[in-house]
Amino acid sequence: MIKLKIDGKSIEVESKKTIIQVADEIGIDIPRFCYHKKLSVAANCRMCLVQVKNIGKPLPACATQVMDGMEVSTKTKFTKEAQQSVMEFLLINHPLDCPICDQGGECDLQDTAVAYGTSQTRYAEEKRVVINKNIGPLISTDLTRCIQCTRCVRFLKEIGGVQELGLVGRGEHAEISAYVDKSVESELSGNIIDLCPVGALTSKPFRYKARTWELIRRPTISIHDSLGSNLEMHIKDDHVMRTLPKENDEINECWISDRDRFSYEGFYHSDRLLEPMIKKNKKWQKVDWEEALDFFTQNIKKIIKRDGEDSLAFLHSPQSSLEESYLIHKMANQIGSSNIDYRITQNNFDFSGAWLGCEIREIETFDNVIIIGSNLRLDQPLLANRFRKMVNNGGKLTLINSSDHDPLIPLEKKIICKSGEYKLQLIKMLRALYEIDPKKIKNEDVLNLIKKEKINLDTLEWLKRFIRGRNKKAIFLGQSALETKDAGDLVLLANALTESISGIFGSLSNYPNGVGLDLISHKQELHNLKEISEKNISAFIALNIDPKNDIRSKINILKTINKAKFKTAITPYFGEEFDSFDCVLPMAIFTESSGSYINIARKLQTIKAVTSPKGQARPAWKILRVLGNYLGLDDFEYDSSDEVLCKVVHPKKRLTFPSISTKSLDPNWTLSIDDANETSEIFSLEQSDMIVRRAASLQEKKRKQLANNKKGVL
Amino acid sequence: MPDERIIPPAQKKSFPLCLATKHLENPADINTYLSIGGYETIKKILNEKIAPADLLEQIKVSGLRGRGGAGFPTGLKWSFMPKGIKGDKYLVCNSDEGEPGTFKDRDIIRYNPHQIIEGMIIGAYIMDATVGFNYIHGEIWSEYLSFGEAIKQARKAGFLGKKILNSSFSFDLHAVHGYGAYICGEETALIESIEGKKGQPRFKPPFPATHGIYGKPTCVNNTETFASIPWIIKYGGQAFNELGVANAGGTKIFSVSGHVNNPGNHEVQLGIPFAELLNMAGGIWKGRKLKAVIPGGPSTALVPAHEIMQATMDYDGLSKIGSSLGAGSLIIMDDTTCMVSVLKRLSYFFYEESCGQCTPCREGTGWVYRIIKRIIEGNGRLDDLSLLKDVSNKISGRTICALGDAAAVPVLSFIKHFEVEFEYFIRNGKSMIETSND
Repeated sequence: MIKLKIDGKSIEVESKKTIIQVADEIGIDIPRFCYHKKLSVAANCRMCLVQVKNIGKPLPACATQVMDGMEVSTKTKFTKEAQQSVMEFLLINHPLDCPICDQGGECDLQDTAVAYGTSQTRYAEEKRVVINKNIGPLISTDLTRCIQCTRCVRFLKEIGGVQELGLVGRGEHAEISAYVDKSVESELSGNIIDLCPVGALTSKPFRYKARTWELIRRPTISIHDSLGSNLEMHIKDDHVMRTLPKENDEINECWISDRDRFSYEGFYHSDRLLEPMIKKNKKWQKVDWEEALDFFTQNIKKIIKRDGEDSLAFLHSPQSSLEESYLIHKMANQIGSSNIDYRITQNNFDFSGAWLGCEIREIETFDNVIIIGSNLRLDQPLLANRFRKMVNNGGKLTLINSSDHDPLIPLEKKIICKSGEYKLQLIKMLRALYEIDPKKIKNEDVLNLIKKEKINLDTLEWLKRFIRGRNKKAIFLGQSALETKDAGDLVLLANALTESISGIFGSLSNYPNGVGLDLISHKQELHNLKEISEKNISAFIALNIDPKNDIRSKINILKTINKAKFKTAITPYFGEEFDSFDCVLPMAIFTESSGSYINIARKLQTIKAVTSPKGQARPAWKILRVLGNYLGLDDFEYDSSDEVLCKVVHPKKRLTFPSISTKSLDPNWTLSIDDANETSEIFSLEQSDMIVRRAASLQEKKRKQLANNKKGVL
Repeated sequence: MPDERIIPPAQKKSFPLCLATKHLENPADINTYLSIGGYETIKKILNEKIAPADLLEQIKVSGLRGRGGAGFPTGLKWSFMPKGIKGDKYLVCNSDEGEPGTFKDRDIIRYNPHQIIEGMIIGAYIMDATVGFNYIHGEIWSEYLSFGEAIKQARKAGFLGKKILNSSFSFDLHAVHGYGAYICGEETALIESIEGKKGQPRFKPPFPATHGIYGKPTCVNNTETFASIPWIIKYGGQAFNELGVANAGGTKIFSVSGHVNNPGNHEVQLGIPFAELLNMAGGIWKGRKLKAVIPGGPSTALVPAHEIMQATMDYDGLSKIGSSLGAGSLIIMDDTTCMVSVLKRLSYFFYEESCGQCTPCREGTGWVYRIIKRIIEGNGRLDDLSLLKDVSNKISGRTICALGDAAAVPVLSFIKHFEVEFEYFIRNGKSMIETSND
């Protein structure tokens, strides 16, 4: 700890901090453009110059480490003159187009100029003009406004993992540019819009749509991946105009992925279902809610009477909130059907209780990590960044994956194999561990299985390095591993392996509310997707599922569904994929409804609606409540989603989560040719759910990327 | 004409030390260098296993100061290199002389490359460096090639590479060619450039001594500095020190250009009176009178004739008259020179060579140049002069590297000494000086 004074205030701080960090902590305002707490220090804008006693020159607060006995002045004439002169330099070539600039009103340069600049310019020469670059459908450039702070350059290099922008040219000719003819392809690219302190990089979809002061800001979270990134929706006339990150160091820091940022365009796609519809004489008919509900109730009651309760099946989306899931489970339960599942992309249902295994930010602190079956950047773009930071901190990452999708992280080791071989890889590791120390493995089934396996010297060699010392170790199973036929065994084996080396086992599932839905369903005796597919189903109810594109499981559930006589979808969107249905009820999307979600790191987050639902759409939990009432089920009287939540989560008790459970291991397992050839496709992040698939700019970016990279999926 | 009032501190004269082989046949060849006792010093050091600390002491005693322009004591700089640590340490020779009027390093590379190499080997021995680079200015291609040849010769003769002269000491050297950016002469920009990045200065601290090339300890010195090392070790630090004057040991190559009869490099003992140096360069041409001199390259302040004629050419001698020795690049101007035009050219240089990284220099150098250009075009305003001074003062001291400071120096010194000429130009839209066309 060292002592210093800033503006006369004496404080004691840790050494190695910079003046600007200390000033920020104690609330002293130092103007800045290039400095950003999450990026490396560039010290190039010179706006944060401050006076330090006994030093003749003003020093940049962002790059100057505090020292014992230092006396810093941020308000003296000396400092002010330095800051004023930098401000003048920054403005001489900056266009005076604030009235037509999208950044106007939320511009760091504008604000700082008012606070630290002078009221008139002494510059009377010609101004610099920079030709704009097209860097893709998401980001609009106005490079004449650029002040060369290089935040965008540093972000893409340090957080995005690859330098896609650079400052080319020298002196006054220096300008931000992508590689020749390239656009910015990072899945985190939108963050450079927020980072840009001027209007040089603005949101293309949002361009000229609204002024910052017209927008109401409401918090919500993202449900496109399992992080639950905190968002701030900017709303004008009950319409989401744009999405920005809301800082939460535990989850998304101050970033969000492009998918979280631009999916809002999908909210207002023409596919939105605005009224209930029922099929009469094989034709869709728009009806009011009452008629639709009557229609639904009569049909369901008819089927229950004729085919029994067990002929009903329910599928709901992994995006469903706790409230929605609770109510649909309750409905199934009270009707007397146990045919209900949400794991619509899985092929194996022998495990539950899997979660990240640690806090999200804890990932940065691991020394040695193995990830099996994950296209990190596509599944969870921001988790990829945490692993990137881990490697930057000196951690080592090994990736075992079925596709050679570049995580943009320097890897210790990369094993590319068929997804059917993941199990074999884990067995090899356990076998090697057995060789190193036979006492470490406690699980009898595992022991029996691995004893048959021959020792693989290569695996032995790198596993020795992996388990060495008291390093923090972890093994994660990614989404594509959890979607394999072996998923249950993979969880069992990976868990057994990490237990024996005192590491952490984690899942990188990208089910947005996977942990929450597991919490609700794991205790109930239910039929899973596979079991349902083998039954005769007469009535089918889908909640927030597009049966054609969302059900990625290889289990032929669609065949079972199609045989059902009466099919209802509670869905926000409508299209030909619902042609075989009989009744569609318009539901609100997540931003139009309240709801609670538990993210991959077991954090419960409850959101409120940020706008009202479009058309006649209603929040799904309300629809389910009314359906319960119409069906005459007990205890479906809820006034608010909070009341529903109380049934799932006791308001005063801490959440208790199920521990990992798996079915027993087949000790006679050998790798069959079929298993060995099992492959999993790369699932691009622009395809993840109904909303994202309808977000125009994201889809445009994907199209351009595919056109640029004819080799296939990026 | 020498001013009679000056009594030089000692009779300083021409002394070819760094350019020792210049007047011999085949000067750049290793045999020529060997014939004048080259590489004897490193042989002796390795044979007798002289302690690096003892050698460093000699360099401290010699009073050698960095010849690239800043004049930082070399012995002190070398002592900053961390000792006894694992991993690579780098040694860099900075031959990126890019300032108008500088051409001394080119001559050392051209005529006496082996002395640089020997100097670097000794430096590497003292600082325990394993790899060296000579970063050669972008505009001199043939010197880059010839230096590469010299490295090959030295390697063949066993002076470079693994286990030099069968000792336990290994050091190898590589020639690196720049691409003509002035900023890459700044040591941290040079390091970035060697790493293959865009040449932009780094913020200091950390200094290269701890975080240099690839984050490893690195020592960067000027070509002339390295070329002085073998002599110092051979004849002792004291002998070198006595060649010069107080605070300025040794010899210095002065690159004299401009309106003189005999422009070129003159290696003399430090402390030589300017007047004598001017004589060596053949005096002002065409029988004209001296008007002013830039004594150390454009980043040093302009000195009018009456002041420079009384000055001695050493660090203190020039700082006494408000300028500095810089890299010893004298630009001599006769009385037909229009100072406004010269300043326009110089400010264009800094405008064009600013790396663009930090705000005051990127924006300020362009502003300054445009004002002077406007004056030359006949559209000057009287408040332009105070604006020029103010803008220059606001660039100075607020940038990452010294280029911003350097850009301000000519503006301030030209206006200080020749304000009348500037005013005349602004009022009349033309130069006060009848310029000749030469």
